Amino acid sequence: MIKLDSKIPEGHISEKWTNHKFNMKLVNPANKRKFDVIIVGTGLAGASAAATLGELGYKVKAFTYHDSSRRAHSIAAQGGINAAKSYQNDGDSIYRLFYDTVKGGDFRSREANVHRLAEVSNNIIDQCVAQGVPFAREYGGTLANRSFGGAQVSRTFYARGETGQQLLLGAYSSLNRQIHDGNVEMHHRKEMLDVVIVDGQAKGIVVRDLVTGEIESHAAQAVLLATGGYSNVFFLSTSAMNCNVTAAWRAHRKGAAFANPCYTQIHPTALPLHGEGQSKLVLMSESLRNDGRIWVSKKVGDGREPGDIPEGERDYYLERRYPSFGNLAPRDISSRSAKYVCDEGRGIGGGRAVYLDFADAINRIGEHAVREKYGNLFEMYENITGENPYKVPMKIYPAPHYTMGGLWVDYNLMSSIEGLFVLGEANFSDHGANRLGASALMQGLADGYFVIPYTLGNYFGGVKPEKVSTDRAEFKQVEEEVKSGIDRLLSVNGKQTVDDIHRKLGELLIADVGMSREKEKLEKVIKDIKSLRDEFWNDVKVVGKGEELNQTLERAGRVADFLELGELMAVDSLDRNESCGAHFREEYQTEDGEAVRNDEEYAYVAAWEYEEAGKWKLHKEDLNFEYVKLATRSYK
Amino acid sequence: MGWLSDRLNSSIGKKIIMATTGLLLILFLIIHLANNLLLFLGPEIFNENVARLEAIKPLVRVIELVLLLIFVFHIYNALKLYFENKKAKPDKYAINANSENSTFYSRFMTISGIIILIFLVLHLATFWREFNFGIHPSGESHPFYAIIQNAFANPIISIFYLAAMIILGFHLNHAFQSAFQTFGWRHKKYTPLVEKLGTLIALIMTIGFGSIPVFFYLASLGGN
Amino acid sequence: MAHSNINLTLKIWRQAAGSSTGNFEEFKVSVSPHASILEMLDELNNSLEKEGKIPVAFESDCREGICGTCGLVVNGHPHGPQPKTATCQLHMRVFNDGDTIYIEPFKAKAFKVIKDLIVDRSGFDKIQQAGGYVSFNTGSAPDANAIPISKDIASLALDAAECIGCGACVAACKNSSAMLFVGAKVSQFALLPQGQPERYERVSNMVAAMDEAGFGSCTNTYACEAECPKGISVSNIARMNRDFLKASIKM
Repeated sequence: MIKLDSKIPEGHISEKWTNHKFNMKLVNPANKRKFDVIIVGTGLAGASAAATLGELGYKVKAFTYHDSSRRAHSIAAQGGINAAKSYQNDGDSIYRLFYDTVKGGDFRSREANVHRLAEVSNNIIDQCVAQGVPFAREYGGTLANRSFGGAQVSRTFYARGETGQQLLLGAYSSLNRQIHDGNVEMHHRKEMLDVVIVDGQAKGIVVRDLVTGEIESHAAQAVLLATGGYSNVFFLSTSAMNCNVTAAWRAHRKGAAFANPCYTQIHPTALPLHGEGQSKLVLMSESLRNDGRIWVSKKVGDGREPGDIPEGERDYYLERRYPSFGNLAPRDISSRSAKYVCDEGRGIGGGRAVYLDFADAINRIGEHAVREKYGNLFEMYENITGENPYKVPMKIYPAPHYTMGGLWVDYNLMSSIEGLFVLGEANFSDHGANRLGASALMQGLADGYFVIPYTLGNYFGGVKPEKVSTDRAEFKQVEEEVKSGIDRLLSVNGKQTVDDIHRKLGELLIADVGMSREKEKLEKVIKDIKSLRDEFWNDVKVVGKGEELNQTLERAGRVADFLELGELMAVDSLDRNESCGAHFREEYQTEDGEAVRNDEEYAYVAAWEYEEAGKWKLHKEDLNFEYVKLATRSYK
Repeated sequence: MGWLSDRLNSSIGKKIIMATTGLLLILFLIIHLANNLLLFLGPEIFNENVARLEAIKPLVRVIELVLLLIFVFHIYNALKLYFENKKAKPDKYAINANSENSTFYSRFMTISGIIILIFLVLHLATFWREFNFGIHPSGESHPFYAIIQNAFANPIISIFYLAAMIILGFHLNHAFQSAFQTFGWRHKKYTPLVEKLGTLIALIMTIGFGSIPVFFYLASLGGN
Repeated sequence: MAHSNINLTLKIWRQAAGSSTGNFEEFKVSVSPHASILEMLDELNNSLEKEGKIPVAFESDCREGICGTCGLVVNGHPHGPQPKTATCQLHMRVFNDGDTIYIEPFKAKAFKVIKDLIVDRSGFDKIQQAGGYVSFNTGSAPDANAIPISKDIASLALDAAECIGCGACVAACKNSSAMLFVGAKVSQFALLPQGQPERYERVSNMVAAMDEAGFGSCTNTYACEAECPKGISVSNIARMNRDFLKASIKM
């Protein structure tokens, strides 16, 4: 039975973290090497945590299913990273970043966590610059900033359109130094398939070696999951092909509550679908919305070329409906608006795409300046679509992108399993119902560099978890479970491939648990997902063996978990009888289509406890807003 | 001195040896060519010049020894690199697309080098031996010019020499700019110039050295 | 965007494990010109799986050309014939109906085949671990604006730092040299003030690790630059050479 205690420290919001840092237990430097930590995932959160904990002297074992820790999908983040440096003297502050993030999250995040995030944001920039991350600079040599994704101040630091890559390589370099110094033992091509709990505490993991298929146990006194988000549940998303929920989900099945699974962000500026064989959706950085104007034709099913549609017959729908934010309206609003105009049949050629037009920007600042800012994005667009965006407007459409939901964690980032910590996108804590642009990189690095090194020390210093050996019965039992799970997948021997079923799941979810949701449809989709799950277990075909490199088997395990998660997303959406952030219920909107939140009844975190497949128990963590006044979000 | 051999044995160290010895060899070629071009000024001047070198034979021998060392280093390193690099790439692709991603000259370096080596051995065994240790039954004091004149009257020798000089040009065309790259002397303004200079040097060497067999062969035709 | 499919003959390298011998297997496919080459392989694999056959093992992840996971040699070109494009971004519209396409893994002694088109590039990580970092601990950084860095230098450093670590340079090089990869990392830090304290030690250690991992040496053919999906310049190799030479004199 899970009991949620958020462990938010006492004191004024601006002092909570400072006080907490002082009050936390410390581990004597000489004793640190007596503590083993397992870190699963080496993206921004995992790599930064592994590096920092290694520097502190803990004995770290880090795991990734990639061939190198530099491949994690953090690398694909294009736009930038926020920090409250206020280098631009434009009114930014820690408090404003905190405020914007709580508001942007539509009042469904924990104030204390968000404030801490804003506080450490500045340290992150210092840290990354010291690592040699080549951020964009002004002519005078100082750091450049841009305004990003709905922010009214310029607080986003960036490195061309490759900020995620540069930050990840920074964390990767620090991690490499710790590997070199012997503080971190790096395990590549190993996928975590379960967590091992001994006397109520997380004490290790069971992994599958993806090359040999061998099942191995690893023990430690704490386990950190930094395993990213679950957007790939939609099959088509902007996530990398291998992104999955398996590590988090297996922990969930062992007792870690899963919070707010329905908060899934649909990013407004991805490339539209090109056809049936499509494997993923490609994101174009949201920074494009700074200079690009979004429009569709006023006519339904307009088949004309964009150049033939005169200015008067164009509908710049974001600028029309949200005059103060215009094309920079938050992601959920932009995405939903695109969906609606396409539902009306006003998408490009009547299809599902809208224009993102740079003609005005090119006229205003010149093609050269546009190339300076977005050159590599434009190149990427042309490369993929074969069209030149300097001449023809880009075509975009929303795509599942980031998941705000994730494993529930307290203020110390510990899940409802003692000793199991969750970092980065894999946890639920900082973004509420909607994440602002350039905040994901910030959160991943905040958790890894500046939060977990303190809170993990507190756990070790306070609880003093015992060392256990992988010879214990608990490890053997989990190993057996994992092996029988694999055997089960291999033995179905049906007719449908893993991808076929995954694609079906994605279609169900994007239709009914995507940008807009409705009670009846959710009730129906829950049944559909249940039966698809039965279909999977009766008719899936997994070729090959378990004792070899078998990518089909890898995917099968992940899809099996997605089939359970998909249902929980629908269950959570159905529970939340309001519209907030990325969660939009058709029943809860104003006459002009704005979301209607219900703070009286739904200002809580929905943390779901797993009972059995298809059965969960809801726990509520009430959210209190003492510093940011609950208000209706308005971007008019 | 362990550090030095470590450094020189590293991948970049061996490149630096190639570049250093290569540039020195280019310097030698320039001097050699300057001497050879005296052939066009007639037998007297050429023979006198060779005689002048004869007069400082001990010094020439020392220089030749240094030159030999440079050659040995250059060739030994090249072969070592060749075999190491072959080991690093044991398998080839079914389709070789190298012609689309690199120049012919750069890929031809080992083969052009080997051809030049063969030429060098023959050159030493003939002209060099003849000049240094030849017995001259005619009793003429300095028959050097005549030796060349007679040799290049033979079309096979002339064609062989001309071909070797063309291959030398190929070798130098890549070698010169490559040495600059190895030393790290690369700059967006000067590198294109260096590349052109390398081609110019290659052309001068091929035309300069190559003109000699052509000249003497044609002259021998005229003489008949 | 409707275009009719193109028909292709694929000759794909199959190798059950690193220890076994491999050979080409032929497949006939019909594919949309808008699909990427990896999506074509996805479809092929899906149909193979339906028939109960073992799919072609290949790696990819982000499919946006940035993670560096994918890497196939397509008709002799690492990442295919289109310049500055990673395999995942190679679209079938560059091929013509009726073409035969050879798909092979990256080949180098230092990149052992694991299965089919998957190779082991862990040598790259080992090189990075030998010195591809600035040594300082989290928390000790000065204010980010404390050291001004000129826009040009930052931009040049970023040009080098854009390397995605895919290994195409090694695959393209007739000597399997990793110098473009190592040169890029060395350059990033050599250009920036943060990298100065360890500049010469770094280049020495990274070059030593590179040699140990079994990569060949550079003969300046510049095939690496031509095939690099990010267009990393060989001037980075020159910079590394210069720093290595200086390091040798200084140390």
